[in-house]
Formats: sequence, structure tokens, C-alpha cells
Amino acid sequence: MTIDPKPMSCEEFQEQLSDFVGSGVDLENHPHFRDCEICKQLYRELETIAEAARRLFPDRQPEDNLWDRIESAIKREDGFIEWE
Amino acid sequence: MPRPRFQKQTSEASASETAPDKENTLELRDPAPEGTPPPPEITPEAEILARAQAGDHQAFAHLYSLHKRRIYSLCLRMVGNVAEAEDLTQEAFLQLHRKIGTFRGDSAFSTWLHRLSINVVLMHLRKKGLPQMSLDEAMEPSCDEGPGRSFGAPDLSLTGSIDRLVLERAVAALPAGYRLIFVLHDVEGFEHNEIAAMLDCSVGNSKSQLHKARLKLRDALRLSLRKGDVK
Repeated sequence: MTIDPKPMSCEEFQEQLSDFVGSGVDLENHPHFRDCEICKQLYRELETIAEAARRLFPDRQPEDNLWDRIESAIKREDGFIEWE
Repeated sequence: MPRPRFQKQTSEASASETAPDKENTLELRDPAPEGTPPPPEITPEAEILARAQAGDHQAFAHLYSLHKRRIYSLCLRMVGNVAEAEDLTQEAFLQLHRKIGTFRGDSAFSTWLHRLSINVVLMHLRKKGLPQMSLDEAMEPSCDEGPGRSFGAPDLSLTGSIDRLVLERAVAALPAGYRLIFVLHDVEGFEHNEIAAMLDCSVGNSKSQLHKARLKLRDALRLSLRKGDVK
């Protein structure tokens, strides 16, 4: 990801923020980021949220009997269609 | 397209499905003419998929065992309720059984199944009370959902770790379109182009919705911080 070196407003910077967050890009030399405490804080907070998101909702297994339910439903559907 | 049907399986046939014989598989192929690229390798899953498409019940059960964890987890993330997530997982695999014959391999099977499951979840969310609208409409920005700009509030990044349960609750409270993009990108790790393909939206739309979802979560977490919920 390349950083646009020209000066920009907070609004212009924040339009690009979704590309920066979670990308690992080093913004320390970004002309706006370097000088704007508001955007720095916003970036840090969104990074914190994106980082925390990776630990959310760990994969879980469904109950063992779920396949029995699915199998029964499939058999009902197939039997119904074949009977028709 | 004929619907998949249950077929009686001998124990030998079942055993060969769980441990496909690669050499025998290769012998069945026609030799490739000179100058043509070699055919793609037939993976065990591709073979299982082909059998399931032909109506092999054991193969379909095997597909379930390969994908149940991912599909159930997706449903659970989207609805946040075990019973509903199991119902949705069941519905997703029933839909898969109905439609598996239509899978043509234009995308990876797991991506196709993921998309099918997402559609099942979306249908469910709409039935539960979301306005009847297309996903694109549901994801269109509205004037009251712009970025939160409560600058000057405590910096979340300086509060140490965010409480997982607080964040999970905040994710659960997001509007469905935002929640879907956030879960797919930040939780499940899909890229924007993959999400755009799954949801029939533009990459720009996916990026925009993700950004707004994160901003909403930031606002929710700041609120929790003020109440003392965030550690």
C-alpha cells in the first residue's frame, strides 16, 4: 500500500482510513497522520478494535445431534418428492 | 438437473470415500494430449463433492463433517444465539442438499457454501424484522449512520485490552449489513474483493461499510468505557 505524500484534510485522511486499519502500513511518515492528533487517536482506536476482532467468536462445533436432524429432514424431503 | 438422491453404500465404498486411492483416481483419467496443460489435481474434497453431487449420501455426510464447524460458527456470529445458529446451520445444509447439483466450480466450494449460508442467514434476519430490502439497499449509507466524531473522549487504545464480551455484544447490536461485513472481514479474515463477490456489492461498498461498522463499535465501546464496562 502506497501513502499519498500530499497534505490532506482530516476528511480526506479518514476516507482512506479503512485501507490503513489492519493493513500493517507504517503511517508515522504520513504527512497528515504525523501532525493530526485527532486522526492519530481515531486510527489507534480502530486498530485496537480490528485487532480485538480477531479474537472474537472462536470457532465452535455444533451439537453432535445436528447431523441427525439434517439427515432426517433430507430424508423427509426426498421421500416426499419421490412419493409425489 | 436431477436432485441428489440417497444411495445405499457398501462398507467398501464408504471406506474408499474416507481414504480415496489417489493412484486409482489417476488411472481413470484420459492421458492429456501433448501440449495441453495437465488437468488440475483431483483433491479428496473434489472427489467427495462430485460424489455428493451424484447423490451419494455418505459423501454428503462427509461434506457436512468438513464444513459444519465453519458454517455453524458463521451462523452463530451472525445471530448470537445457539439454537438459532443450529437451525440456520440445518437450513444451510438442507439448501446445500437441494442445490449442490448446481455448483459448477466457478468459485471454491467453500466460498460457494459460505455465500449460500450467508443468504440463509440474511433471509432469516429479514424474516425476523429487518425491512424487506436487498443487501445493497441494506448496506447503503444513510444520513444518520455517518462516522461518529466524539473526539476528546477517552482513547480506547490506551485502556488496555478490550473486553471480549463487551465487543461481542457491540457487534451483535450492529445493524445487520454492518455486522455481516465486520464479521466477514475483521473476524473471519475475508478480503474486500472476496466479500464483494460473496455479497454482490462493490469493493468500495464493502470498505465503506466496514469503516462505518468500526466507527459504530468505537462509539459503543466508548459508551461502555464511560459506564465502566471496558477493562
